[in-house]
Amino acid sequence: MRRIGIDVGGTNTDAVLIEAGRLLRSVKAPTTEDVTGGIVAALQRLAPGPGVDAVMIGTTHFVNAVVQRRHLARVGGLRIGAPATVSLPAFTDWPEDLRAAVDGGFWAVAGGHDYDGRAFLPLDRAAVEAAGLEMRARGLRAVAVTALFSPLTGEHEREAAEILGRILPDAAITCSHEVGGIGLLERENGALLNAALVPLAAATVRRFEAAIAALGIAAPLYLTQNDGTVTDARRAARFPVFSFACGPTNSMRGAAWLSGLRDAVVVDVGGTTADFGHLRGGFPREANAVVQVGGVRTLFRMPDLVSIGLGGGSLVDAATGEVGPRSVGYRLTSEALVFGGETLTATDVAVAAGLVALGDAARVRDLPPDLPERVMARIRARIEEHVDRVKTAAGDVTLIAVGGGAFLVPDRLAGVARVLRVPHGDCANAVGAAIAQVSGEVDQIYQGLSREQAIAAARRLAEARAEAAGAAPGTLSLVEAEDMPVAYLPGNAMRVRVKVVGDIAAA
Amino acid sequence: MRRLGPSDIEALATGAWILGTGGGGSPYHALLELRRLLAQGAEIRVLDPAALADDDLVAVVSIQGAPLVIQERLVDSRLIARAVRVMEEHLGRRFRAVMPVEIGGMNGLQPLLAAAHLGIPAVDADAMGRAFPEAQMTTFAVGALSPAPLSTVDPRGNEAVVTRVADWPWMERLSRRICTEFGSIAATCKAPRTGAEVKRWAIAGTTSRAIALGRAVHAARAAHADPIAAVLAAERGRRLFAGKIVEVERRTTTGFLRGRAEVEGLGEDRGARLALAFQNEWTLAARDGEPCAMTPELICVLDSDSGEAIGTETVRYGQRVTVIVLPAAEIFLTERGLAHVGPRAFGHDLDFRSAFAA
Repeated sequence: MRRIGIDVGGTNTDAVLIEAGRLLRSVKAPTTEDVTGGIVAALQRLAPGPGVDAVMIGTTHFVNAVVQRRHLARVGGLRIGAPATVSLPAFTDWPEDLRAAVDGGFWAVAGGHDYDGRAFLPLDRAAVEAAGLEMRARGLRAVAVTALFSPLTGEHEREAAEILGRILPDAAITCSHEVGGIGLLERENGALLNAALVPLAAATVRRFEAAIAALGIAAPLYLTQNDGTVTDARRAARFPVFSFACGPTNSMRGAAWLSGLRDAVVVDVGGTTADFGHLRGGFPREANAVVQVGGVRTLFRMPDLVSIGLGGGSLVDAATGEVGPRSVGYRLTSEALVFGGETLTATDVAVAAGLVALGDAARVRDLPPDLPERVMARIRARIEEHVDRVKTAAGDVTLIAVGGGAFLVPDRLAGVARVLRVPHGDCANAVGAAIAQVSGEVDQIYQGLSREQAIAAARRLAEARAEAAGAAPGTLSLVEAEDMPVAYLPGNAMRVRVKVVGDIAAA
Repeated sequence: MRRLGPSDIEALATGAWILGTGGGGSPYHALLELRRLLAQGAEIRVLDPAALADDDLVAVVSIQGAPLVIQERLVDSRLIARAVRVMEEHLGRRFRAVMPVEIGGMNGLQPLLAAAHLGIPAVDADAMGRAFPEAQMTTFAVGALSPAPLSTVDPRGNEAVVTRVADWPWMERLSRRICTEFGSIAATCKAPRTGAEVKRWAIAGTTSRAIALGRAVHAARAAHADPIAAVLAAERGRRLFAGKIVEVERRTTTGFLRGRAEVEGLGEDRGARLALAFQNEWTLAARDGEPCAMTPELICVLDSDSGEAIGTETVRYGQRVTVIVLPAAEIFLTERGLAHVGPRAFGHDLDFRSAFAA
């Protein structure tokens, strides 16, 4: 298997070439405004040669579109659950500027289900049709459909999407049960954001494919997702929200692969921030709470990260020894003292402390003699505190330090058994993209089965889904199995959630 | 009579969540609905219980339900208003005002919404002064007032009235059963109270108290001052412990969320440990094995930086918390009160000892 992994970051586009479990090359190119230019430049430098089996791209393009309120489509929100739930319509508690860009109207119709899978009310098909006609009259091209308890049964959402699809044949329709779990407002927010991004995602994926084809690479394109797996380009274009947090996830997965460790704490130190996360079984531990995206509450399963304003470009106050959160960012190579600039940064302090050889060390020789020690003590204390915050249990951990600013991480830290640095650690996220696998997931209610039988049934279904998504059958393994008893139901009902992952099948 | 404005409801949400002592449900959805109603020009009025005539009738309301279901169905305050109407139809009398059964959590806000729909005020009082998990854990039950009748409604047009029960625990059983059939969420109007009963048994001023508490927290945050010190000053509370959550254990049994959490000391508490027990709400705190605060006094676990309350459903390893205790309503400290809400009512084999005893 010969694969290319690409990470499109805010500053650099990194690319790596991996073959038979070995990293052959890693390169960097500046990220361009259109994203594609940076990818083309990186691929030209990488010169992968023939026989590439897959190209996996990790991009934060879609989450950036939400954060910057750019390239978003106007979305009609259809809620199925009236007369319940309507006291809080779609787009409630959205930041005003984002709502103004996305809100295409709200329609509520009767239907949806109860917690036990029985219909709350029959779906009002005539009302769905009427809503569709109004959406068409308003010229809407994107719709989000959200039904009461759809994560338990998506029946009414699918039925409504079918009706709307006939009235609005060119519209991007997102059903909420495909993007989220229990929690109506947050799941609806996810569906609305997804629908708003589908036109951008479809165009972006087309450009990626064209760029790869133009370079003569005849391999399928995959996009990386929040959970560290990939999805084929077609599905990625339909579900851009699943790529929102792929950057940090890829960097943690890359750290696991480069170090050979499956359980550890990872710190990714960049130019401006340091992200702390916890690897468990080779995957980042996911947050179980509400996650804000561009000021909107969502329930996406994202890695549980703590970010602090500490990086190689962080400003240092020579008087107080304070570090960050402001940073010179991508201007590090012109503004830091060691690079001939006039700004005292964390990198300068690290050079003065002898932690790294970068630029002209003579330019930091005249710093106050106790400054490096004071600043590094402060950095150490902050890293120790945040390693501790992401730990899931007491006891010392292994800390993998990756990213361009990893030299700021001291070798000895309280609560850390050892600090591990890995070759190519500065391209960990492109590595994480290159090694990504395909997953299959199931989240549904089973009745009248034992716990073991229910999990086994869910696992078979998840494996079938993973294979349908392109996984090689012999490589599938279980990464998550969770069962929760559902109260008040006859027949030993339980909600089972299972996830399997496997390698991409050779073309 | 006092009219609440936008900053009052924001403060109320923060204060009610703290007074929830870890339970009571997040007030987030109710706050969103209050903002909408206010923006639409609704009047939200709060009435001093002293202004009630003895024969005025007060509707005691709440939302009953499983947190998972509330996250989907949300809560429509018009349903609470409907439950009040159903009770009026049953009694053949009109209510003068509504009142929350508990100020802690979302039920501290819902009655204001219902009152706005009905065009009557909400009484500045409740029957818990915090949040508790069961129907008999109210000052009205301590006062041996009648537990019935109770009206309960769902959004599909199903409505029920429980006209008579043998005692408070039977009301808990029957109303829970109906609630389950409704989809595990129901708007309820509990046994109506006269003005005289409210003045004798309710805890007066708790809505104002929650607003003042929330205001103190918001002001401290705005001034970059310590919000926890502000809570303690506003409530005459005591700081028990500051540290980091190092262990959490949860189990769902017979409809309640039970479990424990351990806090490892930081700062001046370094080297010590605080164990917390909960049943929906925090019930007991013990420092190095020695009980130091217990129900019915309010044990609150707050984020050490923001002062935001941390719920028993969401508490997790690594959080930096400060544990404080606030005084309970006097009536719960009597022998009868402690029988309903003291440590033994939550399975702790302990005599009540106040955290404020000299």
